Amino acid sequence: MDRQSLQNIITTWSSEIEFSAAAVVADEEAGIKAAPGTQFLEVIIKPNQLLEFANKLRNEAELSFDFMFSLTCVDFADYFMMVYHLRSIAHNHELVLKVKIEDKEKPEVESLCHIWRTAEFLEREVYDLFGVAFTNHPDLRRILMDDDWKGYPLRKDYVDAVNMISL
Amino acid sequence: MIAEKAVKEELKTQEYFVNMGPQHPSTHGVLRLMLELDGEIIKKVTPHIGYIHRSIEKMCEKDSYRQIVHLTDRMDYLSSHMNNEAVCLLVENALEIEVSDRVKVIRTIMTELTRLSSHQLWWGVMGMDLGALTTFLYGFRDRELINDIFEETCGARLTMNYFTPGGLMWDIHPNFQKRVKDFITHFKTKLPEYDDLLSNNVIFRNRTEGIGILTKEDAISFGVTGPTARASGFSNDVRKHKPYSAYDRVDFKEILMDKGDTYSRYKARILEMWESMSIIEQLIDNIPEGEFQSSAVKAVIKLPKGEYYQRVETARGELGVYVVSDGAKSPYRLKFRSPGFSNLFVLDHIARGSKIADLVAIMSTIDLVVPDIDR
Repeated sequence: MDRQSLQNIITTWSSEIEFSAAAVVADEEAGIKAAPGTQFLEVIIKPNQLLEFANKLRNEAELSFDFMFSLTCVDFADYFMMVYHLRSIAHNHELVLKVKIEDKEKPEVESLCHIWRTAEFLEREVYDLFGVAFTNHPDLRRILMDDDWKGYPLRKDYVDAVNMISL
Repeated sequence: MIAEKAVKEELKTQEYFVNMGPQHPSTHGVLRLMLELDGEIIKKVTPHIGYIHRSIEKMCEKDSYRQIVHLTDRMDYLSSHMNNEAVCLLVENALEIEVSDRVKVIRTIMTELTRLSSHQLWWGVMGMDLGALTTFLYGFRDRELINDIFEETCGARLTMNYFTPGGLMWDIHPNFQKRVKDFITHFKTKLPEYDDLLSNNVIFRNRTEGIGILTKEDAISFGVTGPTARASGFSNDVRKHKPYSAYDRVDFKEILMDKGDTYSRYKARILEMWESMSIIEQLIDNIPEGEFQSSAVKAVIKLPKGEYYQRVETARGELGVYVVSDGAKSPYRLKFRSPGFSNLFVLDHIARGSKIADLVAIMSTIDLVVPDIDR
């Protein structure tokens, strides 16, 4: 399915969605060439919509996004952005689902590990490095850092006591 | 009746825990698996990782794009050319720079040689894990020949740093083509022999066939990629689905198996070595003339504002690089989707119900490289 048809289907689900184009997307009128591999349709939703959207993306026959090939988080100045890269093996189309978490004090979002099993461990990594809590996660523990580590290293305001990174 | 009950109570079994690693030879690195056991049967495997976590992603936020290429070698050190290529392709695609055909062909030959050497090492240590020390020596002996070729052209044997954004560090050594052809001729006679050594060994077959079965659905759900997933029939070869460099001009098969057991994963990698040799043979005599470094890439690279995702097929699966750029000389956020991370966590699922000795066999065919998992 091409980008436009995907967008048409997803638009009907809710009125509170934003679509944003990836950085390098073909625009023939402006003479911009598409770069291979970056042509994702991006859908930006609110945290409370996530579970519903994820279920629909995974289970609707014409979409069937069954392969989550990346899950991560980006720390922006005012919000956290959860980024889920999804692909459908059967239909060979791809999509990026983004969740904007405005609450920077206590970031929280629904876990998707019951839909894509790989999410369980990728979410633990995001919890470890960004401090985003995943509700209904079966085993939310730190994964890379020590269990008693203070702070969340990949946040932009994180200060490393020994300052190893800027050496 | 009462006596029977008493005997049962007396013989009550208890589950217990065993730590496999962090210093265990078959984990091939600093990885700890906590095994929950009932006798010798595995009830649960809990991997503990992070022993060599260096936060490469955080370091990248301070580094220039040229420096990031050098960090990628240190993730999956057996696929260092592919890791370098992922960052280089990302930069080139973002800046819309087309590298010359010469660069594309040389990169493809180099990555396939890397895949061969990685699979050779895997074959050697897999045999060793199952008690056949001969394979370890054979595997390393032939891998040495590839390392020598790399050393001559790249100046390094493990962490090559040969690819740069826009091309290559320098041109290939004059001996390169001859030595690669000699190696292929040599290895073509050796590989059937090596395969026979394990495939026709009844102990090896009994220890691998029907062990650790991974279904296609689970492979997809767990995000497993590479030969590990292709042995379960999940077609996910990036070289086929999103061809990069010179993969669109060579003829090769994506190896797909249907059983998904340890033996299929073993066989998939052996067959992949034949495909790699075929790719190299198609290209080695046809390296086009041209510049080895594009002059369009500036010394300080700044990517336009936006988000980029680039994937390549390493020896272990799909490596993805996700970059959020704010237009500065280093990325705002960079994530490596490493194949080892997703592949490791399927272990618990497929090892349950097997014996401890089977776990060693299963682990060796998942082909883990710990720095790739920990980053």
